[in-house]
This record gives sequence, C-alpha cells and structure tokens, in this order.
Amino acid sequence: MDLFEYQARDIFEKHGVPVLGGVVATTPEEARAGAEKLGGGTVVVKAQVKTGGRGKAGGVKLAHSPAEAEEKAGEILGMDIKGHTVHRVMIAQGAKIAEEFYFSVLLDRANRNYLAMCSVEGGMEIEQLAVERPEALARVAVDPIVGIDADKAREIVDAANFAEDLKAPVADVIQKLWTVFTAEDATLVEVNPLVRTEDGSIVALDGKVSLDDNASEVRHPDHEALEDKAAADPLEAKAKENGLNYVKLDGEVGIIGNGAGLVMSTLDVVAYAGEEHGGVKPANFLDIGGGANAQVMANGLDVILNDPQVKSVFVNVFGGITACDEVAKGIVGALEILGDEATKPLVVRLDGNNVDLGRAILREANHPLVTLAETMDGGAAKAAELAHL
Amino acid sequence: MSIYLNKDSKIIVQGITGGMGAKHTALMLDSGAQIVGGVNARKAGTTVTHKDHEGNDVTLPVFGTVKEAMAETGANVSVLFVPPAFTKDAAIEAVDAEMPLIVVITEGVPVQDSAEVFAYLQGKKTRMIGPNCPGIITPGESLAGITPHTITGKGPIGLVSKSGTLTYQMMYELKDLGFSTAIGIGGDPVIGTTHIDALEAFENDPETHAIVMIGEIGGDAEERAAAYIKEHVTKPVVGYVAGFTAPEGKTMGHAGAIVSGSAGTAQAKKEALEAVGVKVGKTPSETAELMREILKSL
Repeated sequence: MDLFEYQARDIFEKHGVPVLGGVVATTPEEARAGAEKLGGGTVVVKAQVKTGGRGKAGGVKLAHSPAEAEEKAGEILGMDIKGHTVHRVMIAQGAKIAEEFYFSVLLDRANRNYLAMCSVEGGMEIEQLAVERPEALARVAVDPIVGIDADKAREIVDAANFAEDLKAPVADVIQKLWTVFTAEDATLVEVNPLVRTEDGSIVALDGKVSLDDNASEVRHPDHEALEDKAAADPLEAKAKENGLNYVKLDGEVGIIGNGAGLVMSTLDVVAYAGEEHGGVKPANFLDIGGGANAQVMANGLDVILNDPQVKSVFVNVFGGITACDEVAKGIVGALEILGDEATKPLVVRLDGNNVDLGRAILREANHPLVTLAETMDGGAAKAAELAHL
Repeated sequence: MSIYLNKDSKIIVQGITGGMGAKHTALMLDSGAQIVGGVNARKAGTTVTHKDHEGNDVTLPVFGTVKEAMAETGANVSVLFVPPAFTKDAAIEAVDAEMPLIVVITEGVPVQDSAEVFAYLQGKKTRMIGPNCPGIITPGESLAGITPHTITGKGPIGLVSKSGTLTYQMMYELKDLGFSTAIGIGGDPVIGTTHIDALEAFENDPETHAIVMIGEIGGDAEERAAAYIKEHVTKPVVGYVAGFTAPEGKTMGHAGAIVSGSAGTAQAKKEALEAVGVKVGKTPSETAELMREILKSL
C-alpha cells in the first residue's frame, strides 16, 4: 500500500523524524482552518495524490494567509493529476529552505536486501538524477539483520559527500527514517527533499512511504485505517471484505481461478481468444487462493456476477490445495441462491485434486448456464465466444 | 538424478499438526515421499497417523524442535506449514539446526521477515525454497510441498516457476513426457531459491534434458535469468511469462507481481528471454508445444 504524503508525514512524526506542521483538508474551509491552526502565516497547499509531477501540474501552491490557503485549496481540490482526482490537500507550514537533499531506503528485490540511496542534490526526480548525474547519487547496501546503525548511517552520509558539519545531524535523521522503515514494515521510505532550513535544522519536507501488505495483515492492525477506501472500486472493496484477491479490469469475460500465476495466465489466454471474438477482454482478475471451499467460490462468483460489464464467466481451476469438488459445490450453491437472477453463462474447466468428483457434481446439477470445458484453451475460447453473442 | 530432492530425501513437516500441515502430510505420504516426522513445540512427544501410498498406517513422531527431529530421524528436508506470523522463527530454527533444505509453503510472510531469513542463511548450510510457493516434486521419487503428485511421472524436463498452479498446468500440458524435477520458487519479492539457482542445478543434472522456465510480471528475475542462460546454460530452455494483460500499478495476487511503470512487464521479460535464444510461448499450451518440438529434435 502506498501512502499519501500527509500519512507519511504523520508516520515520520510518530517515529521522531523532524517534519514541519501539516494538516490535511478535504474542503477549502478546512484548508483555511488548517492554515490558521499552523499559525496563520505562509503555508504550502499541496495536492494529495499517489503520483509524481504534481508540482508541474499546478498541484502545489504557496499561500500567504489563511484566506489565500482557502482560495488555493479551492483551485487544487478536484483537479485531475495524471488521472488521479485530488480529494485532499495538505496544508504544510512554510519553510525557509537553504539546501535540498535526497534520501531513500527500499527493498532491493534483485539482491534480496535493502538499498539506501542518498544525494546532496535533492529536489529533482530521483530517476532523473540517477540518469543525469549517477555519480551524485550514493547507493549503499543495507544488511537486513544489521540495518542502518550509527556506522551505516555514517557510511551513507560519507558516500553522499555531505559537508562535515551536516554529517552528524543528517545521519541522525537517516537512523530515524530506518526506524520508520522497520517499525512500520515499509518496502520504501523516501524523502525528497530532505532539507536544511535557514535556521540550520534538517527536516523531511516531503515523504513517500510504501507499506508491505503482508506485514500489515500479520502485525499492523492500525494500517487498515490508512487505506483509501473511497478510492477503491466498489466491487474491489466487496471482494476484499470477503478475503478475495480481486482486481477490476475493463473487459466482458469474468475470470475466476486459483493461484495468481494461473489466473494471470487465464487473463492472457482469454484476451488472445477474444481477438477471434470481437475483441472481448477479461473483466477482472480473481484468485480464490489455495484451499478455497465452496463458500469462497460462491463469494467469488457473486462479485463477478454483480459486475454489469460481465457477459460470460470462465472458471479455471487446477486443484492443488484446492479441491475441485468444493469449487463445483460453490458454483452450484451460488447458482441456487441466485435462482432466476443468474443469467450469465459460465464455462468451467476443472483439473487436479478431486477433479472427477467436481465434474460429476456439475454434471448432476446440469444447470443450463454451465458449460464444462476440457481444456484451458477450449474454455477460454468458449467463454470469449459467449461474451461476444 | 533430479535436483534438490530425491527418493532418499527424509522429510519432516514443521506445523505437522495444523490443518494444512496434516492434510499435506497425508498427500505427501500418498505420493510415496519419505515423511519421517514433524515439529510442534506444544505437542512434542505425541504422534500423528496417516496412510502411506500403499494404504498402510504410518505413525509419525512429533518433536519439540527441528534439531531433535533431525537427530532422531536423519531428516534432511523440512517443509514449513507455519502461519505467516511465525514463519521467520520457524525458518531460523531450521537454519540453526543445519537443515540442508527448507521448503516454505506459507503465503503472506512479511517481506522484511523473508529478507532477514535470507540474510541469516548466508554462509550457512541451508537452502530455502519459497516462501509462498508450492514446493518441489521429483515425480516418482519424492514430494516436498503441495504439488499434486498424480499429474505426471518421471521424464526429461526440468521445470522452474514462480507460480504453483501454473506449474501444475504446465506439468499437465506435458504429462506425456514427464519431469525430472518441478520446482515452484514462489511469487514473493524475496525468495530463497531463484530461477537462476534452479537453472544452474538443472544444467548440472544429467537426467534433465530440457528446461521450462515460467515467469510472471514484476521485478527483473526473468531478465537476470536470461543473462544467466546466455552465459551458463547449454540445455534448451523454453519460457512462458504470465501477465501480458496485467495493468500497471495493480498487484496481481502475488506480492511480487506488479508492473511499475515500464518495469516488470511480461513483454520486456519475453523479449529478454528471446534475445538469448529462449523460445517463449504465448500460452501454456503453446509453450508445451515448443518443448515437445525441442525434445523431438534432441
């Protein structure tokens, strides 16, 4: 889960990282109140969107009074920045910036450890800095067991060539950012810019934090409150409530399968089959997971049949942990509950664990909407054909 | 021959008394694998009973620690069915006991835990497969994981895949030919055994004549595997990548399966593999056809 800037700011503050005052607002009036709360002086009104380039898009504006903050917030709220509608702004205390730096620590998938990146040339997009001035970006590997201790923090500020008098205070902030990374189970903590203000303090002015969803599930119940539930697609939200792994897409063929890889592959095979049938495409990704029982299967079917875009459904299950008879029971049960409301054709391909039982259950039910397919390719073609009728 | 797992492998199950552990202990026994015991500190001294592949009762001891289980049974493989919150500790216990191979089936392990375990086992005697994987099967010999053992038998193909169910699908597509070993390495961002590790092992395994490599969107493991194939693999490799239709920025089930900007797309992976002479199928069935043609020409 990627956090908004204001959420990152709050998390930084919680772990002792120096930040400036910031208040989130969803209306111009709240923005005015926020600016007053911050002392009534100069503030920055910043669009809260989970994408870069908001400054260029006009999503960051200076305001010299609470009245001006209200006005600027009115301009920014509702803006579209790269397809993201601005629903919130952060009113941030103004700062007198003397210098801008860059710091991040992230999961390094290739090396299976962490990577700290740091530069005395902050402010610009880091991808740009990495390409244009790679020598200005220090990259220091971080051992997951040792972490960023005092020595490692020193190594990082040395590598980035900070001025001697800045090394100790910046290293101190870096260690606090490492605390954020581990305490919150992040996969990315980025500060751009990290600044030195005119009065000499080191402050994290803008932060980007990505949290590990697995860890949030296992040991951070408080992270649920950070989810942007309003932004989620209503079907995605419903699926999530039922513990289903669902992503809404744009096509007509509903897909249910078990295991992320097979479901992704099923989407591809359906898209290829769709080329022969009027260009129909997969309507969603839905993984019922390993060991799904009849209820999970029925819940999955319920989500997909409620998608008005769906014209046909392809159920593609290769049972490993999952038993095909449970899948078949789920299909039959869901269709029974829906009764006459069920109108969309289902193509079902089952293989693996208890396949004979599963197929027998479907044959016996003999539901007019259900077609059994022998192979994945055959099922995909049939489902695409039915979606195109 | 095979890789990592064979008929002499002696397997224990960490989490043998849990629901998933019990179910898959039974299925592993049914495949003919030598399951010799399990671990659960709170149930040490008890036993569990399942049927073996001939239908006879097998009573397995439950030990308090991995170390004890190894000393008593000579186990050299541990399969972990431990809830994600406890997976790190269970894995580290196995590493400390110098278990040669641990297969972590558990889904949903925090990635910082996986990174910590991986760092911990550097320079130690343990290889980790997973987490979030189906495990490994050497058909006709042994099974350490959850892959159905009934799909197909022994044969000349080595298979390495991030995904469990795609492994099953591909084994099914090539069931007439069979497999030396099929290994599911898992779909998480940090895993113990990579495509490259498996490619190296298959290259050195005389019974493996050709290799199927299955990848998916996210990260650059397939690109790195392509570079490795170019330098080090002489056996024919056929590739498949899932997720051509995956949109940017959406995690497709596996924590690691996400397209970020132009990075991690299926197209880029396909191109990287094709650039080093790997034939890449558009679908599992087409990939199987490519493999069939290659084996005919060998």
